[in-house]
Amino acid sequence: MPFALLKYATRSAFKGDHAAERHFRLSPDLKPTYDVVIIGAGGHGLAAAYYLATRHGITNIAVLDKGWLAGGNTARNTTIVRANYLTPEGVAFYKESVDLFRSLSNELDINVMYTERGHFTLAHTDAAMNTARWRAEVNKHMGVSSEVIGPDDVKRICPTLNVSDDVHYPIMGALYHPPGAIARHDAMAWGYAKEAARHGVEIHTQTGVNRILIENGRAVGVETNRGTIHAGRVLQAVAGSSSVVANMAGLKLPIRTIPLQACVSEPVKPILDQIVVSGSLHVYISQSARGEMVMGGATDAYGLYSTRSTLDFKESLMAHMLELFPFMGELKVLRQWAGMADMTPDFSPVMGVTPIENFFIDAGWGTWGFKATPVSGLRMAECVATGRQPDLLKPFALDRFGSFDLVGEKGAASVGH
Amino acid sequence: MKIMICPVNGPRNIAEFAWGGEVKPDVDPATCTDQAWTDHLFLEANIAGMVTEWWLHTPTNTWFIARRNTLTDEIIETMTLDAYYMREGAISA
Repeated sequence: MPFALLKYATRSAFKGDHAAERHFRLSPDLKPTYDVVIIGAGGHGLAAAYYLATRHGITNIAVLDKGWLAGGNTARNTTIVRANYLTPEGVAFYKESVDLFRSLSNELDINVMYTERGHFTLAHTDAAMNTARWRAEVNKHMGVSSEVIGPDDVKRICPTLNVSDDVHYPIMGALYHPPGAIARHDAMAWGYAKEAARHGVEIHTQTGVNRILIENGRAVGVETNRGTIHAGRVLQAVAGSSSVVANMAGLKLPIRTIPLQACVSEPVKPILDQIVVSGSLHVYISQSARGEMVMGGATDAYGLYSTRSTLDFKESLMAHMLELFPFMGELKVLRQWAGMADMTPDFSPVMGVTPIENFFIDAGWGTWGFKATPVSGLRMAECVATGRQPDLLKPFALDRFGSFDLVGEKGAASVGH
Repeated sequence: MKIMICPVNGPRNIAEFAWGGEVKPDVDPATCTDQAWTDHLFLEANIAGMVTEWWLHTPTNTWFIARRNTLTDEIIETMTLDAYYMREGAISA
């Protein structure tokens, strides 16, 4: 046996000299008290913990999760990042997220594989062309690169796309957003977890919250399956379970939990550089770094707390997808899954302060949560640290519904035009 | 294909139906507070488990009530509005 093999094998087995570094330490027992307890160890919760620790000097934090690290919608989205929304409030918010994404690999010292691919929102109707022009004007005004292009330019930039008239819904044009990108979703969670833990944040998985303790209209702690802990402030960031957790604090939310399904094909050589979305056809697609075609559609037709997949979804998705990309008729579906999306009436998140003092909410992330991971973490950290609603989050406050001040984000994914 | 039983038209493909959301107690906008009205419009119980909901059979425009389990995706029962109001002890609409 070669000596080197023996040397390195025994070293790593017995001394740990060459063992891979853990992304984050496993935290020991729960402490009786934390300054901040964050419910939900997904991208948003971990990002909030990271920014609380690094931007606000608050490190006595516990991030609790009923399951495992980033096992919810952080692991179930289709990893698209873009800022070409419709409302000025939405564009400003997602633009800040894109700006944060661009330097995230350096900041977190982990490769989040942020890759700008170019993003098409295809238009097949006059109404969709009008929305595309509207979005392009709002985007340009806000400093986000977006333009409306015709079928010829679509074909030039993305030759694999079928722009022929001989289809059910011919392509009339597209909103083209060159900075549209994809990123590695797991690496986002690992990076935030690793760096938050390095600053002293504790991450406790397999720790479910059963009750939120409220005294005189003020959150004072949580009761978990591992005991009761006191908290100066509590933040919930639990995606599809937002209503269930908020209900523990006695809050009702303007949210319906509806599954969003997705699937990937078997991996093939690089053939599709861009991200292609059609609001009219309710489909979107990109090719991942390992070659799989990542595809998704509209949310399911009715509410459900389940991540089951259906044949109906794949039938309707593929019918449109094959018209856009006829070559995909030769590909097989490799994997399918679903996430529970918390849908709001105005396709915008519900973030910030609540009527309960020291209780904060990061919810309503529907089909637009992944791309907001950095900005929601940064701004929710500011909100929790100061106890006040940051300016950027004011349009997304829970109390907007009481004054009919809805955002109306028709630029969200899964929204038809 | 998932089957839902319309209380008027019998078992049909669920693609023929539209989800109308949870049944909420009626609020009179003329007499209630503004807060009570916006709460009624926007807030949802969004229960993980047994729910009572409005459903529509779209080809025949038939509204009815369904009880579902939102954790298991099971339709427990469907009933006409009359049957629902009778059971709830309210006066038929």
